Amino acid sequence: MLEKYLILSAILFSIGTLGVLIRRNAIVMFMCIELMLNAVNLTFIALSKHLGNIDGQVFVFFVMTVAAAEAAVGLALMIAFFKNRESIDVEDINMMKW
Amino acid sequence: METLFFTIVAAVAVLSSILVITCKNPINSALSLVMTFFCLATFYVMLDAPFMAAIQVIVYAGAIMVLIVFVIMLLNIRSETGKRSNHAVAISSIVAFFVLFETCYFLFRSTAAKEGMGPLTSSVVESVGHTELIGKAMYSQFLLPFEITSLLLLVAIIGAVVLSKKKI
Repeated sequence: MLEKYLILSAILFSIGTLGVLIRRNAIVMFMCIELMLNAVNLTFIALSKHLGNIDGQVFVFFVMTVAAAEAAVGLALMIAFFKNRESIDVEDINMMKW
Repeated sequence: METLFFTIVAAVAVLSSILVITCKNPINSALSLVMTFFCLATFYVMLDAPFMAAIQVIVYAGAIMVLIVFVIMLLNIRSETGKRSNHAVAISSIVAFFVLFETCYFLFRSTAAKEGMGPLTSSVVESVGHTELIGKAMYSQFLLPFEITSLLLLVAIIGAVVLSKKKI
C-alpha cells in the first residue's frame, strides 16, 4: 500500500534530478525543481496517511508556499537576466565566474 | 481495482514527467508538468487528502504554472538553447539512477514506519472533514511556522518587485 507511492515518488524525484542536470534552459530547470518538490509532497501525504498523522499534510502546505515564493523570485530573476543578456541559457550566466 | 487505477495514473504521471525533461519546446514541457500535477492530485484524493488535491490543482496547476507559461510566452524563447555534451548526459543519468537506487534501497531496508500509529483514519477524515482537520492543526500546533511563512511571502513580494525594476 505505502511502498508503491514511495517508489513512484522516488521515480519522479529522479526524473526531476535528471532534468535539472541535463537541460540548459533555465525555465525548464525551474520546472524540474517544481517536479522534485511535488515528488516530496507525494511522499509526505503517503506517509501522513500511513502513520495516521496530519502533520505531514501541514508540511505539504508549507512546501507549496515556499514553491510559490520561489516561483515569484525565480521568474523575476530570469526576466531581469533576459533583459541583460537576451538569453536564459544557464551557460550564459557567468558574470560572477572567475 | 484500486491497484489498476493506481498503475494507470502512475504510468501517466511518469510518462508526462519524462516529457517535461525531453520536450524541445518549453511550452510543451509546462503543459506536461500540468498533467503530472493533475495525476498527483488524483493520488492525493486516493490518499484521503481532498483539500490537498484541491490546493494542488488551484495553486500549482492554476497559479504557479500560469505564471511560468506567462513568462515563457513573454520572453519568446527560442525552442532549444544548445545541448549538453553526451558525457554530461551520461554522467547525469548515472547520478539520477543512483538517487533512485539509493532511495529504493533505504525504502526496503527501513522498518521505522509502523502503520496507523496516529488518530487520523479514513472515517475521521470523512466525519470531521479534511479542511477542518488541516485548519485545526495549522492554527494551533503550527501557528509559529504559519506566521513565519507569511514573512517569507512578504520577502518574496518585495524581492520580485525590486528585481523587476527598469534598471538592475
